[in-house]
Amino acid sequence: MSLRVSFVLNGESVTAEVSSRTLLVEMIREHLGLTGTHVGCDTSQCGACVIHVNGRSVKSCTMLAAQAEGANVVTIEGVAKGGILHPLQESFRQYHGLQCGFCTPGMIMSTLDLIARNPDPSEQEIKEWLEGNLCRCTGYQNIVRAVQAGAAAMSASSGR
Amino acid sequence: MYKFTYHRPTSLSQARRILVENAEAKIIAGGMTLLPTMKMRLAQPSDLVDLSGIDQLRGVRDTGNALVIGAMTCHADVAADPLVQTGIPALASLANRIGDAQVRNRGTLGGSVSNSDPSADYPAAVLALDSVVETDRRKIAADVFFTGMFETALDENEIVLSVIFRKPKRAAYLKFPNPASRYAVAGVMVAETDDGVRVAVTGAGANAFRATALEEALTEDFSPSALDGLTVDGRDFNGDLHATPEYRAHLVMVMARRAVIAAGSN
Repeated sequence: MSLRVSFVLNGESVTAEVSSRTLLVEMIREHLGLTGTHVGCDTSQCGACVIHVNGRSVKSCTMLAAQAEGANVVTIEGVAKGGILHPLQESFRQYHGLQCGFCTPGMIMSTLDLIARNPDPSEQEIKEWLEGNLCRCTGYQNIVRAVQAGAAAMSASSGR
Repeated sequence: MYKFTYHRPTSLSQARRILVENAEAKIIAGGMTLLPTMKMRLAQPSDLVDLSGIDQLRGVRDTGNALVIGAMTCHADVAADPLVQTGIPALASLANRIGDAQVRNRGTLGGSVSNSDPSADYPAAVLALDSVVETDRRKIAADVFFTGMFETALDENEIVLSVIFRKPKRAAYLKFPNPASRYAVAGVMVAETDDGVRVAVTGAGANAFRATALEEALTEDFSPSALDGLTVDGRDFNGDLHATPEYRAHLVMVMARRAVIAAGSN
């Protein structure tokens, strides 16, 4: 079944002709050309596909494009503003929270959701929140450090 | 995935009509089970009826001695809801440990309950809290709701609207999670109600069930030592890569003991 799906993506209205079977990650990558969101496992485990839909982090490989009709969608491309890295992205860079970078967009999008709900997460809370994001390179320790530093930087810049 | 027609009705009557008119139609709630199943080509619905456009199915209401939770309420919202955190904290805690954060943002109570996955967490709570599943046709008591592996008492095209959770005096849910999926290898909810103690087990058998011997012992004496020497019959328990039936039977007693300790400290 062919259908037209429209939503707001990184602040702009977008629309595409897709199939009812088209996954949201497919629509984002292949129809809309934003390839920062990755398909890792395609089975809801690895989190490389995590984006925000209506303010919540979700696994875009486990959503139909049709389910995002009318939604507010944010991908990794929508995080840095005006070519300047978001404080969380800067922390990942500074604390070497990535090596190959494949899991990184998902880590960032997942972490942004965590920090929005819990601006000062403990190490344990960070580790538990990121259970849905797998990394094959780093061993996670630098990711946790990057999240801690990023959360602190975000608090500082918002004047908390 | 195989081909299907996607619908997003804006009313229950519209949803019902689509289900009735299409013999192979299926409801999609959060899609956290259905979509992976369809992607593996293990399900082939002709039509998907997305209930996310029906607002009346979401939310938490406090009726005094119970919480009524809408079927389309996602796990993250149940976990974060102040009414649940104060009214039935064990339920908030259970919801907060389903899957992972992203699964909790999409997965729903109604979807979990309708699916009766042998390893799902919610069925243990529905059973232990002596809940009532409210559908578009009737109310179904928890004790008769879960009938088999992926089987419930729901009729064809019956739509779950909400679950009515009675507030217990005290309760706790402990599970031994699969380290990868975080599904319950064995999960036990212990709840002290006005009518005595209920103990519901998930992860171990074909569906969630009550451990009546444990209930009797705990009703007499709500303490971990009341469980000494008691066992559950693991002969029909699930055995797989993750645990043998015997190990699951062992885990059930360990989780039950821990749940009593956790509930006792409420």
